[in-house]
Amino acid sequence: MARFAVRVDISHLPGVADPQGATVERALPALGYANVSELKISKSIRLVVDADSPDAARAQVAEMCERILANPVIEAYEISLSELAVS
Amino acid sequence: MTTRVGVLQFPGTNCELDAIHAFEVLGADCELLWHGSASLNNVDVVIVPGGFAHGDYLRTGAIAQFSPVMDAVRVFAAAGGPVIGICNGFQILCEAGLLPGALQKNAGMKFRCEMTELIVASARSVLTSDAEAGQRLCIPINHFEGNYTCDAATLASLQSEDRIVLRYAMNPNGSIDDIAGICNEGRNVVGLMPHPERACETLLGSTDGAVLLRGVLATGLRH
Repeated sequence: MARFAVRVDISHLPGVADPQGATVERALPALGYANVSELKISKSIRLVVDADSPDAARAQVAEMCERILANPVIEAYEISLSELAVS
Repeated sequence: MTTRVGVLQFPGTNCELDAIHAFEVLGADCELLWHGSASLNNVDVVIVPGGFAHGDYLRTGAIAQFSPVMDAVRVFAAAGGPVIGICNGFQILCEAGLLPGALQKNAGMKFRCEMTELIVASARSVLTSDAEAGQRLCIPINHFEGNYTCDAATLASLQSEDRIVLRYAMNPNGSIDDIAGICNEGRNVVGLMPHPERACETLLGSTDGAVLLRGVLATGLRH
C-alpha cells in the first residue's frame, strides 16, 4: 500500500460560461493591466489517498470526481498525483 | 380527501416553512421530512424547497443529492409521484440526476432578488396542470445560481418533448432559451428557480403562484 498526494483541478467545460472569471478579467484594465485575456477561475481540491498503485489511486479519484467532486454536465477535471514517503 | 405534502428539510434549507404555509392556506396537510429520514411517510407530493442545503458547499445541491431521503425521493419519482424542486430544490434535483442539466452562476454575477414575469411554456406537467400555455405569472426569484445550462442534445430534447414548462419574459440570469422551469420525461418531476410559495397572498404582491401549487395538489391526489 502506498500513499499519494492528489490534486484535482476542476474547471468549466469549454462553452460553459465562467461569469466569475469574466468579471475579474473586466476589472483588471482598471488597475492598468490591459494585456490580460482568457482569465478562468477553477477550483482545486487536495487530498491524500492510500492505494496499491498510482493507477488505482487515479482510478478511484476519477470515480469520486464523476460521482461528487465535479459535475460532468458543466465541469472538467484534471487529476495530478505524487507518491508520498510513508514514515 | 386532503393532499398530504411532504416538504424536505436539509441542514441549511430555509424556505420549508414558507412552502408549508402556502400549501396549508390552499388546504393541504403538510409535514416536514428531515433529510436523514429514509421514509417519505406516504405523502402524496414531495417538495424540495429553497435554501442552501448543506451550505451549498462544493456546488449547489452536490452534497444534498446523497442525503438518505433522496433515495426515497428517487423511488417515489420513478413510481410517478409528483416532486417539485424550487430554487435550491431545482439545483438538488439536477445534481441528483432526476432532471437534466445544471444551474450555474448568473450571467453578470448578480444575486437577483426581484419579481419576474413568467410565461407558462407547457401546461403538461404536475406543476402547470391548472395553468394554460401562454399564461403570464408574476412570481419572485431569489438566487445567485439560476442560470440553467445543458448540452445542445439535451436542449433539443427538452424543446421537442415539450418539457420546458416555464420561461422568463425578461431573462434575469442568462438561462439558456429563457428557461425558468423544466420537467422530466414522466412530467411528474419539475424544477423551477422562481418561488411560487412566495406569490400566493395579496399581501406579498402576487397570488399568481397559487395556480401552480393548486395544480400540484390536484395531481398529488390523483397519483
